[in-house]
Amino acid sequence: MANQKSQEEYYRWLEYRWTAPDIDWQEGEIITVGVDTGSVSTQAVVMVDGKLYAYSSMRTGANSPESAQRAIDWALEGTGMSLQQIHYIVGTGYGRVNVPAANRTITEIACHSLGAHFIYGNSVRTILDIGGQDAKAIICDGKGRVTNFLMNDKCAAGTGRGMEVFAELVRVPIEQVGERSLQVDEELPTVSSTCVVFAKSEALTLLRQGWNVNAVLAAYIAAMAHRTVELLQRLGVEKELVFTGGLSKNTGLIKRVEEEVGLKALETRLDPQIAGGIGAALFAKALVEKSRKEVAT
Amino acid sequence: MIANYGYRDGSGTYIIAIDTEECNGCGYCIEACPYGVLEITIDPCEPLEEKMVAAVTEGCRWKLKYSCIPCKPASRGDELPCITACEFGAIAHSW
Repeated sequence: MANQKSQEEYYRWLEYRWTAPDIDWQEGEIITVGVDTGSVSTQAVVMVDGKLYAYSSMRTGANSPESAQRAIDWALEGTGMSLQQIHYIVGTGYGRVNVPAANRTITEIACHSLGAHFIYGNSVRTILDIGGQDAKAIICDGKGRVTNFLMNDKCAAGTGRGMEVFAELVRVPIEQVGERSLQVDEELPTVSSTCVVFAKSEALTLLRQGWNVNAVLAAYIAAMAHRTVELLQRLGVEKELVFTGGLSKNTGLIKRVEEEVGLKALETRLDPQIAGGIGAALFAKALVEKSRKEVAT
Repeated sequence: MIANYGYRDGSGTYIIAIDTEECNGCGYCIEACPYGVLEITIDPCEPLEEKMVAAVTEGCRWKLKYSCIPCKPASRGDELPCITACEFGAIAHSW
């Protein structure tokens, strides 16, 4: 009997790292790192004097402390910088207590708000952060300070993990599911369930009834979008709206949320998935400055 | 700042909102709560100020519907102890 396993993993997204070509970290005064250890992905962001210098993004896996360390190591790779040269490390995200190198932990709510301001500018008021296993709606002021927030971490419906399950089910690479869900002639009825497991069985039924893959993706993503908007409506949406977290790369979801709330989200050239890490690194910088000021006085 | 802890599911919305500007971290609500739903922590949204405020414990955030049952009108019929204990009116329940 021959045994074989499919080699393709449709849910798997690319891990990546980046270094700023025009910054010499050795001239920097304050070097800080923010590590955002989420339930699905981990990002390590290195900032030199509050400027984005390097970052990495990878899967968290089963061992959060190890992935946090690996993400930091990967972000530093090729830069010549070592852990000793970093002044302060802040851990954030779902697994923030599992960042061994961190000097301090800060909640992801505060970090995402500050990070979104760095990425999108001061006009940001509403942040929708959709991550691997939770969704957060944050309302903030012009300085990136949180004024109201709501987090839904009860279940994985409407989050990255649910998206991964669906990518695998319909055998479409995760990077393409958003776009494919828009390739339908009309918006179809959404899947009725908010539970990933039930939604998956419902999608299977639709596929068996002859729906094509794009239509099933549209039905699921529309249900996700509606669930996310419900979260927003509790807080009240204010202009400008932005997305952070892994699902900010899913055009199908963003477009549907925009249509439902009647607002166009801001766009960026930076990677919105590293907002939490950026916020953590900025808080780290503020903490270094605060302690230096205390020493001086 | 309003911190909303909780969730919605098929049966309803279960959110405890804490106004951290009104809350002074006195901790009377924690003494009043028979189930240990609340705790005093650093304000989650003002990490640099290190102000202590009330928050819902992590373990209870996703099961508030059940954690708060002992005090809800169906079983007690009067005011919620955490809300009564807070003289600043900083705590609100959505259900």
